[in-house]
Amino acid sequence: MGSIIVKDLHKFYKKFANKHKFLTLKSAFLSKTLFSDLQSDEVFAALRGVSFEVKKGKTLSIIGENGSGKSTLLKILAGISKPSKGEVITEGRISALIELGAGFHPEISGRENIFINGSILGLSKKKIEEKLDDIIKFAELEDFIDNPVKTYSSGMYMRLGFSIAINVNPDILLIDEVLAVGDASFVPKCLDKINEFKRKGKTIIFVSHDLGTVERISDKVIWIKDGKIFKQGYPKRITDAYLEYIGKKDEVKASADHQNKEAEGSLDKEKRWGSREVEITNVKMRDVKGNEKYVFSYDEPLSIEFDVNAKKREKDFVFGLGIMNYEGVNCYGSNTHIENFKSTEISGKGKVRVNIPSLNLVNGTYFLNLAVHKRDGFPFDYHHFLYTFKVISRHRDIGIVRVSHEWDFSDNIKIKLKK
Amino acid sequence: MLESIKELYRYRQLLFVMVSRELKAKYRGTVLGFFWSFMNPILLVTVYSIVFGLIFQPKYAEMEKSIYYSVFFFTGILPWTWFSSSILESANVLIAHGSLIKKINFPVEILPMMVVITNMVHFILGVPVLILAFLILGKSLSWWVFFLPVAMFVQFVFTMGLGFFISALTVHFRDIKDILVNLITLWFFVTPIIYPFSFEPIQNSKFLKLFLSLNPMTHIVESYQYLFFYGSLPHYKKLFVTLIVGLILFYFGYKLFDKLRDTFVEEV
Repeated sequence: MGSIIVKDLHKFYKKFANKHKFLTLKSAFLSKTLFSDLQSDEVFAALRGVSFEVKKGKTLSIIGENGSGKSTLLKILAGISKPSKGEVITEGRISALIELGAGFHPEISGRENIFINGSILGLSKKKIEEKLDDIIKFAELEDFIDNPVKTYSSGMYMRLGFSIAINVNPDILLIDEVLAVGDASFVPKCLDKINEFKRKGKTIIFVSHDLGTVERISDKVIWIKDGKIFKQGYPKRITDAYLEYIGKKDEVKASADHQNKEAEGSLDKEKRWGSREVEITNVKMRDVKGNEKYVFSYDEPLSIEFDVNAKKREKDFVFGLGIMNYEGVNCYGSNTHIENFKSTEISGKGKVRVNIPSLNLVNGTYFLNLAVHKRDGFPFDYHHFLYTFKVISRHRDIGIVRVSHEWDFSDNIKIKLKK
Repeated sequence: MLESIKELYRYRQLLFVMVSRELKAKYRGTVLGFFWSFMNPILLVTVYSIVFGLIFQPKYAEMEKSIYYSVFFFTGILPWTWFSSSILESANVLIAHGSLIKKINFPVEILPMMVVITNMVHFILGVPVLILAFLILGKSLSWWVFFLPVAMFVQFVFTMGLGFFISALTVHFRDIKDILVNLITLWFFVTPIIYPFSFEPIQNSKFLKLFLSLNPMTHIVESYQYLFFYGSLPHYKKLFVTLIVGLILFYFGYKLFDKLRDTFVEEV
């Protein structure tokens, strides 16, 4: 019980280009083309020959970009849609967490909806009654369970849906992104429950964009690209490859974006201001090899370069640098004055480069702010919220910076780094 | 087919839950709540009693008192409402429950069945009101009333068959919904509900008589009129033929539904 074998799975979606050909239902019947017109000649292949096997008690994660066929695959495994070709052999009861709270009626109380949703998921009335208290308790809805579901927040709705689905007690659990919508405190609870399933030897198939969780819970990862298995194997190896691939894709986009930024800045007074007696132009970020780049790993060395042009001689000038995250939190800021440089003279063109051995920032998109001004703050040229770059990290640490650290345990604590 | 019926038996709890969900949700949030299931037919029969008993006072040979017309009409409109609501709702039920079809491994045939059964429950709740109306207006009832389940069975088979057809086809041809609204109105007038089948203009026109006789709903509605209004055995031969037609419709309706089942996921 609990194993899954998938053999050469294909799924074609029809594009009903023919539909406009018959004008009325009557003509479709009369010309006897009803069924032939329901067949279509144009097809889109969502899955093109996917085969794999999951043994009982193993956790398989499926990753891939949007539209790669992950969800189609999961829907076929769940029995919702039928494969066009190939077959799926499953042993045991399947529960799919694709849509939480299916069949919930907004006018009816949470308690009554548990019976509806539970029955839809295949639980008997007796089983639901037995588990009712567990379901309500896990969903943390003791005080609201007799209120109509329409009064629930989306978080409460999702909690109740998850709580029912998890209590179906399946042999195979299929999970599709549902955790992405949960509130912050409930998601760890869901993950705990999933881990409990794992310990009990249930088979899990997990579809997610959350690579950290994928790495932590799975025994094997499949990367689907254009409806085929592109890579599969050891979780970390696959997620690293995937991360690199996504990074490269982002890079192309980020470079293109960057080109337009300076032009945009000269128009927008909110983003660029100052007397321009000393000007900053041609801002670039580069990796160690000198390639222009805007997506960096948290531990990767990089440099920021820009040209300066002083239209007349200036004695008093300070270069400043700031990094802000997307929420507008100032992550880091410094300038040459703070760092005890004393300016003597600038005139004509010059170049400035800031070398950064590692950013040590957590995953996310950041703004790079640059400025040149007088010691008293008089602005020559400020570039604010003009340039963005991305930091990608395998770690799912939270906060702003990744503080360098190492764990050390005494011998009687049995704990080990997962490979 | 037998397999499908077995399958349906397996889903009886789900069907039960879905029907009670519909019933519960219908009057939730109203002050009278479930009592509305009785109130609606009571108000309906009151309105018709006033309109036909006091204002129009139609004269038909079989109605000694014109007030009796209101119970005659009520006898026909009650099963007709079950039929017409079921058909109109069937046209929408798969699309309305798209998330169940798309996101859950859900036995789709439950949905049209839920519609027909929910409306049947409304019908059943109307029957005591109908009997009450007979008692209040002083029209006597006979023991033939106990044959009600027979007429209901024939109507259920016929309605369900049509419900399968319509729910499956509407997914592919949304036009059906709009056609149906008008078609049902026409159908209402060619079924002897506001007039008895013995109405002269119909008996005098060969065409009209044949046309009405070919309408299965004629025989179904008439059998209720026999049981309640005329107090006699329904025309069992006509009813039997209607049952056969209903069973054939049911068979092919379910077959079509089954054939199109896999296309619902992508089309709703």
